[in-house]
Amino acid sequence: MDMRKKKRKVLLMGKSGSGKSSMRSIIFSNYVAKDVRRLGATIDVEHSHVKFMGNLTLNLWDCGGQDAFMETYLASQRGNIFSDVAVLIYVFDIESREVERDLDTYNAIINALKEYSPNAYVFCLVHKLDLIQAEHRQRIYEERSALIRSRSEHFSIDTFGSSIWDQSLYKAWAGIVHKLIPNLTVIERFLQAFSKRIDAEEVILFERSTFLTVTSVSSEVGDLNPIYDRHERLSNIMKAFKHCAARNTHTTPASAGFVVMHTKTPQFNVFLGRFTDNTYIFLVVPPGEAAYNCAVLNTMLAREGFSKAAATGHGDGFPLPAAESPDNSNGTH
Amino acid sequence: MELPRRIEPGWGSASKQSPSENTAAPKSDARLMLENILQGTTQSMEQSAESANQPQDAKPRLMLMGLRRSGKSSIASVVFHKMPPNETLFLESTTRIQKDSIHSFMDFQVWDFPGQLEYLEPSFDLESIFGSLGALVWVIDAQDDYMESVARLNRTILTVQQYYPNINIEVFIHKVDGITDEYRTDTFQDIVQLISDELSDAGYENAPVHYYLTSIYDYSVFEAFSKVIQKLIPNLSTLENLINTLSNNCGFEKTYLFDVLSKIYIASDTRPVDMSCYEMCSDYIDVIVDISELYSWDHPDRKAKGEQNQEAESHAVLHDDTMIHLMEMNKYLCLVSVIRNPESKDKKGLIDMNCRTFQEALNDVFSRSWEQDQEEPGVVTEE
Repeated sequence: MDMRKKKRKVLLMGKSGSGKSSMRSIIFSNYVAKDVRRLGATIDVEHSHVKFMGNLTLNLWDCGGQDAFMETYLASQRGNIFSDVAVLIYVFDIESREVERDLDTYNAIINALKEYSPNAYVFCLVHKLDLIQAEHRQRIYEERSALIRSRSEHFSIDTFGSSIWDQSLYKAWAGIVHKLIPNLTVIERFLQAFSKRIDAEEVILFERSTFLTVTSVSSEVGDLNPIYDRHERLSNIMKAFKHCAARNTHTTPASAGFVVMHTKTPQFNVFLGRFTDNTYIFLVVPPGEAAYNCAVLNTMLAREGFSKAAATGHGDGFPLPAAESPDNSNGTH
Repeated sequence: MELPRRIEPGWGSASKQSPSENTAAPKSDARLMLENILQGTTQSMEQSAESANQPQDAKPRLMLMGLRRSGKSSIASVVFHKMPPNETLFLESTTRIQKDSIHSFMDFQVWDFPGQLEYLEPSFDLESIFGSLGALVWVIDAQDDYMESVARLNRTILTVQQYYPNINIEVFIHKVDGITDEYRTDTFQDIVQLISDELSDAGYENAPVHYYLTSIYDYSVFEAFSKVIQKLIPNLSTLENLINTLSNNCGFEKTYLFDVLSKIYIASDTRPVDMSCYEMCSDYIDVIVDISELYSWDHPDRKAKGEQNQEAESHAVLHDDTMIHLMEMNKYLCLVSVIRNPESKDKKGLIDMNCRTFQEALNDVFSRSWEQDQEEPGVVTEE
């Protein structure tokens, strides 16, 4: 069970002014997009610990991107910075005028990483996409990510286009944390069984403080939903409301938010509620008062099962023995 | 603190107040609406007869006026077209009158009037501009020198009031997001003083002029527009009475009746306005509308699993036990309330039932057969 308490070292790198600290503040520190103007340049490395899903701690190294810092990272600090890295997130500014030079720096970083942590995941974010006209976005993003790939040595990298002004930021970061969560298969197996039992069109698990999508399952019908970026959009919607609630109830955004939300419309019913200590569950079920109430009740029962497991020392409740989790919803139907 | 309590479905005087057009010979919905509104705005009989002859122009009209670059088109785009405020920077300057028809709980027109147009010159037909006008919204850029704008407004008021004394004059002191609180109050008082002094010098006392501090970057412009629209609603006091009864009986802290599309509220209970409640209600509508957009796709395989009310209903409990309750009233309107009573969770059924009773009464008041509209599902999800 060593995996469970593990700290994951996450390096956040990229050229100065590319938006590293901005996105970190939005995702993990409850900033809204327009607040990031207040941020100054990052000097040297800023360390922060982000608790995510309870038993996973991200040890985030936000590395200032000015050339002088970059040189020290690659020279005197090399061993310190690049050893034990679980994830490297490299941010490219789409507006940069020195693409070739950026790629050279990136390549140098990648080589250092190869030397000290060859097994790290690498994510490249092509950032500030909002500054590109909408019709060119996809093309420019693809060109740029092909270039990046060609300079990534043996690493198989994931690229995301992102902007702090829309949901693409959430998509990128949800992709990143999805790779980092231990026991994800267990969680997914549970959700699969659970959503089948309550006939849900879709079940999504959100992380509590960041509202990033941890994982989701959808039924055959739910898969037909034509809106592909719905999870990121939900993260965005929920977070926006959280800020509104915080503003108007005089609390910090970190402690504000929904306890439960029920929504019934003629096309679908939605339930949002706390699931484990660190997650929200979001259920989409077909209309029907009785079926909806039943689904909600089952969710509550499953939750009790989890908190019992948590009390007996299973941490967040998720690292359960695989067979136990579907049972939670069994007796209730 | 009051506990939720059942409302007797009699409504006393409320339902009796519904307009007499109920019983009149068959008329189109639009016509009925129009007459209600005309009555309500206390326009004279001749005027209502007159405008009935020209149906296309008979909708109550809101006119946005002011000097150029004062923010008229931005206001119209943000409020009626859901444009994000920072995108209004790219709006071109308006060169001709932009007429916008808004189809909602009541149909009205918004005219965006170019600032540079000299409408007071004799060549302009005043009747075509100001006839059947509901409200004149004058936008003043508070960050600019406002003397010219104020002078022009005074001239306009003095001209207009001779012929159309019933027009509401609404002054938006706009772009106040850019100035400090203190300076804001000063500007406000200065402008009010300037206008009322000059009007009374010209012998026009107690002019129907109202002032609002607005900005498109927060909720103030919606709030101000809500007030403007409310004056054009014929049954406002009835609606307010109904909402008061409902919220007193259910222990609601504050209740708003929103127009879903524009997020203007057309009525609320008569307790003092609480900006924080308004913001939360307004944002909660956004949450529901946005979620509905994501999950209201049509597919033959999507089947209901049982009976359910045709109107959308939603409630959320926040971290501090505040409950926000939203219920769709008809195609255009929804009722949103903030409840700060921890016991409300257990009395949810009662609250729902009271809201349904309110819904019936509301639709009586509007005396429009909403049943016809119910063929079109997905009310919160328009657009």
